[in-house]
Parts: sequence; structure tokens; C-alpha cells
Amino acid sequence: MARKPENTTKVVETTGHEWDGITELDTPMPRWWLWTFYLTIIWGIIYVILYPAWPMIKGATPGLLGYSSRAEVQADIDAVNVENAPLDAKIVSLDLAAIADDAEVGNYAISGGGAVFRTFCIQCHGAGAAGAVGYPNLLDDDWIWGGDIETVYATISHGIRADEDDDTRLSDMPVFGDDYLSEDEIAQAAQFVLSLSGQSTDAALVAEGAVVFEDNCAACHGEQGMGDREVGAPNLADAIWLYGGDLAAVTDTITNSRGGVMPAWSAEGRLTESQLRQVAVYVHELGGGE
Amino acid sequence: MGILDKHKIIEKNATLLLVLSFLVVSIGGLVQIVPLFYLENTIEDVEGMRPYSPLELAGRNVYVREGCYLCHSQMIRPLRDEVERYGHYSLAAESQYDYPFQWGSKRTGPDLARVGGRYSDEWHVDHLRNPRDVVPESIMPSYRWLEKTVIDGQYIEDVMKANAAFGRSPYTDEMFANAQDDFKAQADLDADWDGLLSRYPKAQTRNFDGQAKLTEADALIAYLQMLGTLVDFSTFEPAASR
Repeated sequence: MARKPENTTKVVETTGHEWDGITELDTPMPRWWLWTFYLTIIWGIIYVILYPAWPMIKGATPGLLGYSSRAEVQADIDAVNVENAPLDAKIVSLDLAAIADDAEVGNYAISGGGAVFRTFCIQCHGAGAAGAVGYPNLLDDDWIWGGDIETVYATISHGIRADEDDDTRLSDMPVFGDDYLSEDEIAQAAQFVLSLSGQSTDAALVAEGAVVFEDNCAACHGEQGMGDREVGAPNLADAIWLYGGDLAAVTDTITNSRGGVMPAWSAEGRLTESQLRQVAVYVHELGGGE
Repeated sequence: MGILDKHKIIEKNATLLLVLSFLVVSIGGLVQIVPLFYLENTIEDVEGMRPYSPLELAGRNVYVREGCYLCHSQMIRPLRDEVERYGHYSLAAESQYDYPFQWGSKRTGPDLARVGGRYSDEWHVDHLRNPRDVVPESIMPSYRWLEKTVIDGQYIEDVMKANAAFGRSPYTDEMFANAQDDFKAQADLDADWDGLLSRYPKAQTRNFDGQAKLTEADALIAYLQMLGTLVDFSTFEPAASR
């Protein structure tokens, strides 16, 4: 028996089921809901026609639009590359030193180089390029291999002690603790090295260390410990230390040697020629560039 | 009304309802899952992929044990910004020997699918010891025990057998026979690497953690330095339909 629901004057259909006098209302779906439902079905059919959908024997139906995620990402990359192609071509053709001041590509190179730096370099050299223990600070004037733009570019391209590049920068400090020097001699040399930057505490050891230094270290680091960029020997006479400049760190360095590794960014298609030049310009512009 | 009246039969018979529900759900599942096993674009064969070397596999186990996947994905999506940052988008084949896969679901840290060769071994050692030594803003925990935990690969052959049994890792009898030797050779500067390299091409052989002993850091870094380096993308031609 149809029952009139409260608060409405409309008689509502029931399903016709009846259980001990209880009947079930058959209220229709809201019209807006029903139409939305039909629209999603229509949208689904259109989608299946336009995009890859049904799995067949060898592959899925390709869809009328011929969409593929691989083709789309390639198109996206190509579009940006085409847009930048004239700028990149100019960066590659220009003299390295002239890029930063070029009216057309200067800003592009510096901000592009900054993007490359933030993606690939900050993990070691730090977000602000201030470096960390074992990873050089790129903001100061102290350069191990040289800070003019050509040298910076070569270092970025070929890396340091990078196995994957035959032209990589190589310097091998001997492991002096390994039969070369006795512990006493190392202690003397360490005091002499500290004296170069005015930190030594033992004048007697310094005098003896001067001889040890002369015989073993001066060939690369120079007699005054000023370093030699040709062979990547750091300057020992300043207050800038890559692995720490206290007695313990210097002793450790002499005893066990050091040899950080930087990847060769031109190898294995890591960075394009234009990107290499951009990041070289960026690093050069950071403040320490010569 | 015809057939529409017959639904009473199903509604009143619980067993029949269960059987028919199961059939309907099965069809939905089969249509979605079965094609993945035969469609060409889901089983693309890519040159260069090989099962993990014993030491890499041990490193992978450390990676899984420490839950690296909770913060690091190994899945570069085919989007321009990801390709620019992380390198070529990941291929399904690059995870084919992963049980379970390490795609991850969240990037608290960066994607690691192509981290191999991007940083030096020394950097990895420093970074695992205390990430803030090299990346001051990092929130990654320190894993300083890895370089102190000596491993001997006692069970590595069993691990390889498990990977071969439960998945598709095509380890050969020769690989099983040499599992122990290969495990110890990869990070041993005095070892002869010819056999290891013939079984696992492109395996990187050197002392990864800079210590004489073989540690979990050696294994983990060997694994990380291999990630994403097996496929040669200078010769890989992506079929556009895939």
C-alpha cells in the first residue's frame, strides 16, 4: 500500500515489494546525479576511442590521437630544445670568457648554469657553493686547479680522478704513512706545514720539518708551500683547508693522503656542451672567478 | 520483464550469488592483469639488463632492510622536468630483476633510479655516515653503522636462489658456484675481476668504502653506483608506441 511520506504532498512510487505490510519506497535517483552518470559513460566511450585502451593480441588499441607517454615527453623536451637552440648554439660558438658579458645569452647562461648547479653540484659543493670538508668551496679565491674560466670549464668537463674520462685531472699524493716517512718525520712535517699558516706550536719540530718538507713535499707544493695548480697541489700557506687545518687533520692527510673524486660531467652524455659552458660561467661568476 | 525478474533466483541463493560475484570480479581482474604478461610494451626486452651481482644484491638487501624506498623512489616518470633532473625516464625492464620492485611511492629524498656514477664513492661514504656533512639541509638519517658492519656473504647464494626461484632472475649454475668468490672479489683490489665481469658485465670493481674490510657500506655503494647504468641510452631506441 502506497504511503505518503511526511513533509511532502507528492505520492511516491513503491517498489511493489511488501513484507508484513511494510513497503519499500522507489524514489527515483536525483536527475542531476543520473545525468552526470550518463555523461561519464559517454566520456568513457570517447576516451576509449581517442586514447590507447583495450588490450588486443600484441598491443593495446592505439586510439585515434596516437598518444604515447614516451612520444609526449620527447615532444616536450624537443619543444624546449628547439626554443633554446639558437641560444645554446651561440653559447657553444662564443669564447668562454665572452659568454657572461654577452647581451643575448649572458643571463641565460648564468641562470641556466645555476639550474644545472642546483641539480648536479650542490650535493657536494653545497647549495650556496660554500663546499664542505673534502669538497671545495667555490666562492673563495683559493683554487686547486685554477679559477679562470677555461680551467673551471675543463675541470667540470673532465672531472677529477674520474675513471670514466681519460682526460680527467689526476694528482696522486703519496701515502706517506706507508713506508715513506716515519711517525716522527710526519709529526715534524705537520708542524712545518702548520707554521706556513702561522699555526705551529713547536719551533724545534718546525726546523726539522722544513727538511722533511723540502725533501718530500716541495716538489708539488712548492718550497714555500704555495701549491702548484699544474699538478693540483693545494696552497698550504693560507687559512683555507679542504680537509681541515688543525694538527690532527694535517697529520692524517700526510699519513693517509687525500684524493677527492669529481665526476666528469661531459662523459656518458651527462651534460650537453652548452650546459657545461653555462655551469662553468655560473661557477666563475660566483665570486672566486679569476 | 523477462530476465529482470529472474534476479530473485540469485538474490535468494547465497552460494550462487557468491559464485557469480566471483566470476564477475575475476573477469575484471583478468582483463586488467593478464595483458600485462603478454603485451609487447609491458615486457619490452632491453639490452644491457642483467641480474644483480652478489655484492650488489647484498647492497640491495641493505637498501630494502633500511627502508630506503620509504623516502627514495626509483622511478623516473616520462615528464620533462623529471628527465631533465634525473636522466632518461625509467624503463619497465630496468626493474625486471627487482623482487620486490623499489619504485617507491613518495619522494622525501630524490629519485635514485639513475644515481649510479653521479657521486663519488667518498661522497657516498661521507653521506651515509652523516648526510649533513655534505648536504647541510638534508633530513636523511645517519647510517653510520653500515661502514662498521662487516659482511662475509655467507648466505648470498641462498639469496640468489630465492631471487631465481620467485622471480625471473636468470642466475646460472656458474653464477651460483662462484657466488661467494664474486661477492668477495668485487670490492677487493687484489682480486682477479675477469670472471666477475664476464658473468656480470658493467659491474663496478673497486674498494667502495675505502676500508680494507668488506662492509655493508661496500655492498650498498656498489648497488647505488650501478643503479641506472646498465642500459646504454646512447644506443637505446625507444619505440614511440610504448
